[in-house]
Amino acid sequence: MADETLLEILKRRGISRRGFLKFCAATTSLLALPPSMAVAVADSLGRLKRPAVIWLSFQECTGCTESLTRAHSPSIESLIFDAISLDYHHTLQAASGHAAEEAREHSMKADWGKYLLIVDGSIPLKDGGAYSTIAGISNLQMLQEAAAGAAAIVAIGTCAAFGGLPHAQPNPTGAVAVSDIIKDKPIINVPGCPPVPAVMVGVLAHYLTFGSLPDLDDLGRPRAFYGESIHDRCYRRPFYDQGKFAKTFDDAGARDGWCLFELGCKGPTTHNACATTKWNGGTSWPVQSGHGCIGCSEPDFWDAGGFYKALSTPVDSVTGAAAAAVAVGAAAGVAIGIANRQRKAQARAEHQTVTIEDLEK
Amino acid sequence: MSAMELLLWARGPGLGIAVAIFLFGMTLRLFEIYSLGRKTDLAAPRSPTPGSGWRTVFSRSLPYQGTWHRSGLTVITGFVFHIGLFIVLLFLLPHIKLIHSLTGLSWPALPTSLVDLVTVLTLIALLVVLVHRLMDPVKRLLSGFGDYLAWAVTFLPLLTGYMAYHHLLLDYTLLLALHILSAELLLVVFPFTKLTHTFTLFIARWYNGDIAARKGVAS
Repeated sequence: MADETLLEILKRRGISRRGFLKFCAATTSLLALPPSMAVAVADSLGRLKRPAVIWLSFQECTGCTESLTRAHSPSIESLIFDAISLDYHHTLQAASGHAAEEAREHSMKADWGKYLLIVDGSIPLKDGGAYSTIAGISNLQMLQEAAAGAAAIVAIGTCAAFGGLPHAQPNPTGAVAVSDIIKDKPIINVPGCPPVPAVMVGVLAHYLTFGSLPDLDDLGRPRAFYGESIHDRCYRRPFYDQGKFAKTFDDAGARDGWCLFELGCKGPTTHNACATTKWNGGTSWPVQSGHGCIGCSEPDFWDAGGFYKALSTPVDSVTGAAAAAVAVGAAAGVAIGIANRQRKAQARAEHQTVTIEDLEK
Repeated sequence: MSAMELLLWARGPGLGIAVAIFLFGMTLRLFEIYSLGRKTDLAAPRSPTPGSGWRTVFSRSLPYQGTWHRSGLTVITGFVFHIGLFIVLLFLLPHIKLIHSLTGLSWPALPTSLVDLVTVLTLIALLVVLVHRLMDPVKRLLSGFGDYLAWAVTFLPLLTGYMAYHHLLLDYTLLLALHILSAELLLVVFPFTKLTHTFTLFIARWYNGDIAARKGVAS
């Protein structure tokens, strides 16, 4: 069974070759590769022999794993993931306790330098990393050990990619992203809270097919999925251009699907694939369900000025500063006014009259 | 500092600092100007004065025949960029939301594509104004650093706003941050350059009209 290829595993689980090829074609187009590459993707993925994948979960909520595995129906994505992966994954593995840790260590030794390391959750650094430990090992230590033998690291979810929720002010655990700690390994950030399942699988499929990192943006995110903003691909965009905006979540505009900018949508500054791939097997996505984008695939989205504040409005109140500025300005103005009047009075007092006699002297 | 951090700084502390400097400077300036005062005119006015000042405030907005013929370009570009600036500033929805959040006042927005067109016209007018200022010997002689600074801080928010909307050259988040920062630069520079004419022009026109009426040439 260990020598089974991915295609054989999928066949055994009731996925037809046709279904597999459809998945490869969809993933290829998602990755913005030319259609001819679908054959190469299918060929490479089909012949894969269970590449070792170690999944480390640190300060996280298991939402990323949920996103991947709790699809509507057992999707081809979740099956592929099941088939290619997981020598170690807290939530999904049967083993627990020392047996689980042994499995991780065994896998690391067996595939040293070759395995793919997936991390979800941030890493706490404060107080010696005491805020999150697994089998008595701090997250920091476990990440450093596992990263040393990894071929590449995929930081799944905003916590692993940018620190996420645990990193939100005042960051009591001193949480940081994977890229803040590991500097000498290729890292792919797949942010989102959680990321779109098709995006997670697409990134993995790319890596497994080509053995290289996809084209990344300046935040380490694959451009194929994070290259465009939610706003630019939003089906409500025409209403933004027409100046038609929902004022509340239940007014006529909201019912007619008008733009949610005024209600705090962060679509213009958020890069993700939600608007194109959607969620739950293409059923819907947050903006389609009537709520603005909260910008979950961007760094520090939790502290980015409030989910319900329009993007063009102030993050903090300026009333206090404004009132103080007017008061100080008025006081300074009055002071200058008084000084000017005194100068005038002085000039008047010092004014000397000149007589004809004076001039003739 | 990432683009998002820059944007948050611009929307938070940056805006607070800019608004504070603007209000401090403008309050100072207006108090300073008003407190200079004028000597009481003891002579009886030649013609009734109260209306003349107010009429002049409006009548000076229209160019004289002679000005039309001598400097048509200045008049046209001046009108285009002033009116354009007001339309873009006051009728783009994100701007209205900003004004609403600061003052509680709100009004309907214009379609974004229309504001976009007006922005292009305004940018062109501002460029023509600059080129004319550099080419015309008299204008060039009259212009100093403050004039070019005032032009630049007016031009930049329009340019960055246009670039952000059309996703030109840079990432949208960074452009939005730069757009807000450029508008904040405008606020900071405003009270200390000729941009104060936005407010002082009405005071000056009123005085001119009033004094003219006292001397017998009411408007």
